[in-house]
Amino acid sequence: MIQALAFYLFAAVTVASGVMVISSRNPVHSVLFLILAFFNAAALFVLLGAEFLAMILIVVYVGAVAVLFLFVVMMLDINFVELRQGFARYLPIGAAIGLVLLAEIFLAVGAWTVIPVTADNNLTSIPPMNDVTNTHALGALIYTHYVYLFQTAGLILLVAMIGAIVLTLRSRTDVKRQSVDAQNARRPEDVVEVMKVGRGGGV
Amino acid sequence: MSAIDPYILSGVIIVAQILAIVVPLLVAVAYLTYAERKVIGAIQLRKGPNVVGPFGLLQPFADGIKLLAKETILPAGANKLIFILAPMLTFVLSLIAWAVIPFDDGMVLANINVGVLYLFAISSLGVYGVIMAGWASNSKYAFLGALRSAAQMVSYEVSLGFVIISVLLCVGSLNLSDIVMAQKTIWFAIPLFPMFVVFFISALAETNRAPFDLPEGESELVAGYFVEYSSMSFALFFLGEYANMILMSAITAVLFLGGWLPPIDIAPLNWIPGPIWFFLKIAFVLFFFLWVRATMPRYRYDQLMRLGWKVFLPLSLFWVVLTAGVLVTFDLVPA
Repeated sequence: MIQALAFYLFAAVTVASGVMVISSRNPVHSVLFLILAFFNAAALFVLLGAEFLAMILIVVYVGAVAVLFLFVVMMLDINFVELRQGFARYLPIGAAIGLVLLAEIFLAVGAWTVIPVTADNNLTSIPPMNDVTNTHALGALIYTHYVYLFQTAGLILLVAMIGAIVLTLRSRTDVKRQSVDAQNARRPEDVVEVMKVGRGGGV
Repeated sequence: MSAIDPYILSGVIIVAQILAIVVPLLVAVAYLTYAERKVIGAIQLRKGPNVVGPFGLLQPFADGIKLLAKETILPAGANKLIFILAPMLTFVLSLIAWAVIPFDDGMVLANINVGVLYLFAISSLGVYGVIMAGWASNSKYAFLGALRSAAQMVSYEVSLGFVIISVLLCVGSLNLSDIVMAQKTIWFAIPLFPMFVVFFISALAETNRAPFDLPEGESELVAGYFVEYSSMSFALFFLGEYANMILMSAITAVLFLGGWLPPIDIAPLNWIPGPIWFFLKIAFVLFFFLWVRATMPRYRYDQLMRLGWKVFLPLSLFWVVLTAGVLVTFDLVPA
């Protein structure tokens, strides 16, 4: 009973904060509500017994992605009233994307399977807690049946990373950069000269 | 009502356990501030606090009462709700991580399978208190401090994660009690010594301590992100920062110094109960925190970023590969 109550609490807060993300006037508040939604989604994962996914959701999305979101949103001077002007115009596109996502969810929980070995997993997605931990179960699946897909995902991310670096990298000639190696390699005898200065003589 | 009765009983037990962790923790935080002033005083050939109570032992309480008695100031331009929420968040995050820390064999509030990930998740959230405080204060010093802190914490988290992975490779479990038990023969600080050093330095950066205390650099940013805070809201930041130091020391003790285990499992040493060993190890790491603060000058910001991304990240990545290679080659991979 407590589990059901907890589910409805977390689910309600997730949906409510999702609505607040798109309806609050202040963009910083939007990001903070997004974080609240992530948290409650993680709590729902915990209720499912998927503790590994819950922690990863918080580490990756809340701990890294949302920090950068917040970073950017705080720096920008966004006028949300202006942004809202085109709301009615973009509504059909948004609704279409929503429908596609809904259809995908139906496909994913429906009869369609990518790999026959995992066909049984749709119904028994939670292995008994005493048999194997989440982390072992995920590892055993990702590094065996899905290893090529896993590697491909990694390569796609690598390409994206290289792309981001190439776009922002520029070698500037007008700044003087510190060379730590050169600094550490300096020895006192190379750069400091100790002189005996005679009285009234000067250097 | 009989369906609810077991929940009430277990609820009462859990609250009692939480109090048994939090109350000693807050006393430890109070005396950490005292220890810091005494240790730095000794290093700088001063006496430190010695007026309030015998040996100045009541100084932390005098400080606390002073902060409580002061007026809470809300800046006119501040975003009120977030301004008040930020110190509370910092303080709460520094407390909830203790739920998974094992004090002895089986002596843990929540013995969850993904304990290390939980700790990593909570410590990565600490940055929110800082960013929210900096932004809500509506002051340029606070905002600059918050931006610095966000970039710094995100940078050092990456190498912190790799260090944790190399420990996990040697354990084969994410459970903190399992990690401690895996160090029965040898503490991980010895085979993974470079990672131990990287972890300690990253912990300094993660808790915004000297020499990485740029977010609160008083010489250029006045006091950084909490410059607009006063009274109890300031005290919550202060308590949160020191509780985080204790937490990071506890994580270091669990990951590298064998948690509650004695150094060698022989007669006089293993008579001493586990929590005392754990406490001694935490105190040992904390002393390093204070020692570093009294010794090191503050890093320049670009040096801080260089150290995180160009030194620690490649080094820790290399050690993950090396650890995995050694474990596979010598057939030492834990089941």
